[in-house]
Amino acid sequence: MEKDPVEKDIRFLQGNEAVVRGALYAGLQFYAGYPITPSTEIAEILSEELPARGGKFLQMEDEISSMCAIIGASLTGQKVMTATSGPGFSLMQEAIGYAVMAEVPSVVVNVQRGGPSTGLPTAVAQGDVMQARWGTHGDHAVIALTASNLQDAFYMTVDAFNLAETYRTPVILLFDEVVGHMREKVIIPEPGEVEVIQRLRTSVPEGTDYHPYLAREDGRLPMSDFGGTHRYNVTGLVHDMWGFPSTDPKVAYDLLHHLVDKIENRADILARYREYHTADAEILLISYGGTARSALHLVEARRQRGEKIGLLELQTLWPFPKKTVREKCEDRSHVLVVEMNRGQICEEVRRAVRDPGKVFLANRFDGTFIAPGDILRSLHMVQGKGV
Amino acid sequence: MPIKDYIRERFFPHLWCPGCGHGIVMSNLIRAVEKLGLDKNEVVVVSGIGCSSRMPGYLDFHTMHTLHGRALAFATGVKMGRPDLTVIVPMGDGDAMAIGGNHFIHACRRNIDLTAVIMNNNIYGMTGGQFSPTTPHGKRGTTAPFGSIDNAFDTVNLARGAGATFVARTTTYHAKEMITILRKAILHRGFSVVEVLSQCPTYYGRKNRLGDAVDMMRQYREGTVRIGSGDAEADGGRIERGIFIDRDLPEYTSLYKEETRRAGEAPEDAPPPSRGGG
Repeated sequence: MEKDPVEKDIRFLQGNEAVVRGALYAGLQFYAGYPITPSTEIAEILSEELPARGGKFLQMEDEISSMCAIIGASLTGQKVMTATSGPGFSLMQEAIGYAVMAEVPSVVVNVQRGGPSTGLPTAVAQGDVMQARWGTHGDHAVIALTASNLQDAFYMTVDAFNLAETYRTPVILLFDEVVGHMREKVIIPEPGEVEVIQRLRTSVPEGTDYHPYLAREDGRLPMSDFGGTHRYNVTGLVHDMWGFPSTDPKVAYDLLHHLVDKIENRADILARYREYHTADAEILLISYGGTARSALHLVEARRQRGEKIGLLELQTLWPFPKKTVREKCEDRSHVLVVEMNRGQICEEVRRAVRDPGKVFLANRFDGTFIAPGDILRSLHMVQGKGV
Repeated sequence: MPIKDYIRERFFPHLWCPGCGHGIVMSNLIRAVEKLGLDKNEVVVVSGIGCSSRMPGYLDFHTMHTLHGRALAFATGVKMGRPDLTVIVPMGDGDAMAIGGNHFIHACRRNIDLTAVIMNNNIYGMTGGQFSPTTPHGKRGTTAPFGSIDNAFDTVNLARGAGATFVARTTTYHAKEMITILRKAILHRGFSVVEVLSQCPTYYGRKNRLGDAVDMMRQYREGTVRIGSGDAEADGGRIERGIFIDRDLPEYTSLYKEETRRAGEAPEDAPPPSRGGG
């Protein structure tokens, strides 16, 4: 029976706290991080919450070691997370690549601020979209999720843990300063209400050769915790099914295929998005994160005036939901991508659609949150109404 | 248990050059673990990048070969995740004190129960003989063709200054001493640093005309002296060997456990602590 609303666990939270609640709901056991604006609240709250629950909280000497520490802890069987912002995210890239290569489940929160470099520490931006995709060197695939409201930030955080465990990969939660610092109502679901996926562990008995990097028929690789009965090697080098380094071209070819395919081939099922007024929309706005709030506000205002306009809010940024975007953009007169950078997702949309000429960008990148009025000016240009 | 039961024969032969000292360190590490009677499932070996860091792959423990300089950070995560496990970290001099210098001093400061075994061959071997932070002033490497103008780190003093609670030095020549020291280092509750002078005849020896592996080990015999024997100063620059620091201070995972207990005792509806602003 549906619970009475008054009995539900309803809270008024800050965005970073909603992320913490989502992580704890998903079973976070281990956090390591380094202070940085605008993500610090995540560490502050967890420094109190984790010890009280028997979990582990570590403040490390930098973001490099924070990422390394959570990978080490993940191999002992813990659900792990770190949180940072742009400069720290840059430092983490080396170890994110290790987590990709060694296939270690881990969640990395990046509450974006203005960049490059130290940039605008307390101001909003979405300039790390491409860094989330290509920040670490070498061919690889990665999962990155985002959200525009705190209820979704909660759900996306739970989802991030689920995907990290399912695909044995780092998952990046790419929030922004607005989502991280605003306050909103969040309903914390009952335990069991939202699915929480646990790590797949091997059923190979003790004394039988366990191959940590030999995929099952369904492509998944059951794990064995450090300290357990299976002793194996983990490395960032190209490795064989035992996790031992190899320079065999076939081993290298197969491994890279596996690492990329396990994510890129599932772009459709990894695609999370929301649609607003899209059914009959002639003009489609595409946005994500905090920016989607202004886009939605504008869409609703224009609908009041009878304009056929809708919004596609992306929640999965990587792997880019190419097919979804292409389908949703069919039969629109114009597509307007709204984001707070110089067009990082806009270019992806152009790559995805049949007619890139109809895709336009509405953006701000000066540390000021994009307002509906800013988007309206771009909309007028697209509609040929001048500025 | 015989030594061969601790190695992964499947992955032999190893990649170390003829005469390299690292194999001696590996076999003595195994002997130390064997003497302590540790179960193989209770031991995790975490390394970074470099010649010495290839050791874990050959050992039949839970093993992890990570990023250059970052082994102690990964190992800290492993140890915090499973404080009951014995975590050993084989490192090189460049790995531990150049790219990993920050992680090294912070692991010392935290006094977390890890055993760092630093194989100091005074050179970057894996990349072909460039000078390292422990290459003595004036000695040559492929990037110091006229002799290094840098000053070298003293591993022992660095670890001491950063707060490590167990600090020792030995050499590949002093094999039996090494086993004893490694055994004590693993047993020590806290962060242990064991520097092992380990010869690199291929690069450091060749670049500095120190002879072959046997010549270099002879230099370890003649150029080092036990702590407190009085010869070190008198003989101008002989390097001291032995256990420099061995003291009991609260260990990090124990302190954390204590904190967990205190946090768990906090009343459920306690008001949230003030976050400043008066």
